[in-house]
Amino acid sequence: MPRSLKKGPFVDDHLAEKISRMNASNDRKIIKTWSRRSTIIPEMIGHTMAVHNGKKFIPVYITENMVGHKLGEFSPTRFFKGHGHARTEKASALK
Amino acid sequence: MARIAGVDLPRDKRVEIGLTYILGVGRPSSKKILEKLSIDQNTRVKDLSEDELIRLREVIENEYQVEGDLRREVSMNIKRLMDIGCYRGLRHRRGLPVRGQHTRNNARTRKGRRKQAVRGKKKV
Repeated sequence: MPRSLKKGPFVDDHLAEKISRMNASNDRKIIKTWSRRSTIIPEMIGHTMAVHNGKKFIPVYITENMVGHKLGEFSPTRFFKGHGHARTEKASALK
Repeated sequence: MARIAGVDLPRDKRVEIGLTYILGVGRPSSKKILEKLSIDQNTRVKDLSEDELIRLREVIENEYQVEGDLRREVSMNIKRLMDIGCYRGLRHRRGLPVRGQHTRNNARTRKGRRKQAVRGKKKV
């Protein structure tokens, strides 16, 4: 069941605060975040977020189309390297 | 010949069923359309009058998204997911199930026919 519209999109407070601060000062630095559960809101467009995937930070440039998705959707947590011998080709195809 | 939205309707079926041969019209919307035009849902397609056909065509083509347009919208939606590089898009790209199903077994609808494992390729 989708989230109630009454509540609005969920964004972690610390992240929302940081974004609005950066928008106010026209700052365009990469924002490191662990908050994969935060929804992408229009204010984030144009920023680059480094979203943690459990191991490292994946840089995600936010575009208009991404609004409404969660940050975590853009930072895959599993990499399938293929089975057995096919390893080398598959790994390069994935990236 | 009953032709609506570029699809030939089966002549001997009831209209309620006949309309569902159009992509984008299922049983519920079929019923709604017929109710709106007050056409008996039990009429056979071949028994529809010329006038009824015209009204059907008008409603379906103007108020419903069917066939080509619908197909285009669906593929645009998928394309969008692939372009923004989100998880669902990646799953579409690789032809794997998108909605979190397990892939250890089954998932054959998305993965297609079983690929035969290549023999004798193992390194010693």
